[in-house]
Amino acid sequence: MPLSTTYRKIAADGLWNNNVVFGQNLALCPLLAVTGTATNGLGMGLATLVVITASNGLISLTRHLIPPEIRIPIFVLLIAALVTLVDILMNAWAHELYKVLGLFIALIVTNCALLGRAEAFASKQPVKHALWDGLMMGLGFTLVLVALGAAREITAAGTLFANASLLLGKSFEFLEVTVISDYKGFLLMALPPGGFIMLAFLIVGKRLIDQQLATRKQPLTHAITEITSE
Amino acid sequence: MIIDPKHLTWLVKNIAIGKAFLKRWLEPSHLEQLRPKLEFQTGVLAGFALLASLLLGVTNCSTKGTIERRLAEDLQKSLAEVVPASLHDNDMLQDTVTIPSAEFNLGSGETTVYIARKAEQITAFCFKFTAPDGYSGAINMVIGLDPDGNILGVRVINHAETPGLGDKIEVAKSNWILAFNGYSLANLTRDQWAVKKDGGVFDQFAGATITPRKSVQAVYRSLQLFNAHQAEFVKH
Repeated sequence: MPLSTTYRKIAADGLWNNNVVFGQNLALCPLLAVTGTATNGLGMGLATLVVITASNGLISLTRHLIPPEIRIPIFVLLIAALVTLVDILMNAWAHELYKVLGLFIALIVTNCALLGRAEAFASKQPVKHALWDGLMMGLGFTLVLVALGAAREITAAGTLFANASLLLGKSFEFLEVTVISDYKGFLLMALPPGGFIMLAFLIVGKRLIDQQLATRKQPLTHAITEITSE
Repeated sequence: MIIDPKHLTWLVKNIAIGKAFLKRWLEPSHLEQLRPKLEFQTGVLAGFALLASLLLGVTNCSTKGTIERRLAEDLQKSLAEVVPASLHDNDMLQDTVTIPSAEFNLGSGETTVYIARKAEQITAFCFKFTAPDGYSGAINMVIGLDPDGNILGVRVINHAETPGLGDKIEVAKSNWILAFNGYSLANLTRDQWAVKKDGGVFDQFAGATITPRKSVQAVYRSLQLFNAHQAEFVKH
């Protein structure tokens, strides 16, 4: 496979086809816990992105050293160390964000997507591919977190990206929008069941788009086979 | 120190030898032979553990001071919520008394009371306390009192109450918590220290009674704690 095709395939897998949430149905625990608002989703997504990229890179780099018999303890050790590192650094340098997300950072360690990528991809692939895969998987996860957070925030409170300036700095205040003014609020969407319901809607949406794409592709392949058979 | 060129060539040569050895050793085919060996597996696991703990140790040491400063800033911010800056000219974080508080069910065995002074005169007391029995877990609060035991202010630091119902205890969401201002054990009877539903003077929320009820009870207990030790504070 040519190099650029490999990278494109990894990107397509991470962002859409084999997306952590939509494709693999992994990481639902942190997903539902933090997506009350789009801002929290973004913070959690970025933290996961950093950790999964670093863990993929480290594991790929040392993949020849790691005997298959003890690979799981080593993966867990590496991921736990990275998560603790992010936890400490965030507490020191991004303290406001840490107060919002602190509880959930430790949850990254239980995020099976990280171990999943380490086992299924990083331990078998060269470093460059593994880093790219971590970046794309993390980005795909972030996008889902933000989408779910935004959908829940709008339906629950009528706002979007509330407190984003706490996370990204004062210059991002423009992100904070009140979508529906004088909204009475819809409590269910802010609670965990609301997360499940909204996630179901998003997954249905993804399936519908896939179906559309598949049906649109089909006539084209038919046409090609007809031409070649003639 | 004078560097002998002879030593330098020796060093360069040995580094080259070491590099070549490491390269051969790290060759995938060589590592493949090593991997099934038990002593190699032990060594690898130990090596990873050592590296991880080293990394974490260094990070912990280098960020410890910063984290402590951040926590002190947090504390200062919550104290400033209930004791306005105009009331004191001392560093409240340094001017403290620690009192035993286990019997008052305020979430901890000891409570640190911060003393505000202006021109050496005590103007206010301030301490954190916890309602351990909120609707969904502990509600951490901070209270400021004037020297006679009247409430200057109560604020919620953090909680896990139901968003949209119980979270009206936050000053950002509603004015409910300001209703405590000015009250003390002296100007309300024991029965009045309750939500209206229980015959007291404080509002409950539509759809959430437990959160305000437990908050009022915890504030009442914190006043009792203050009362029990008031004599000690004046000495300071």
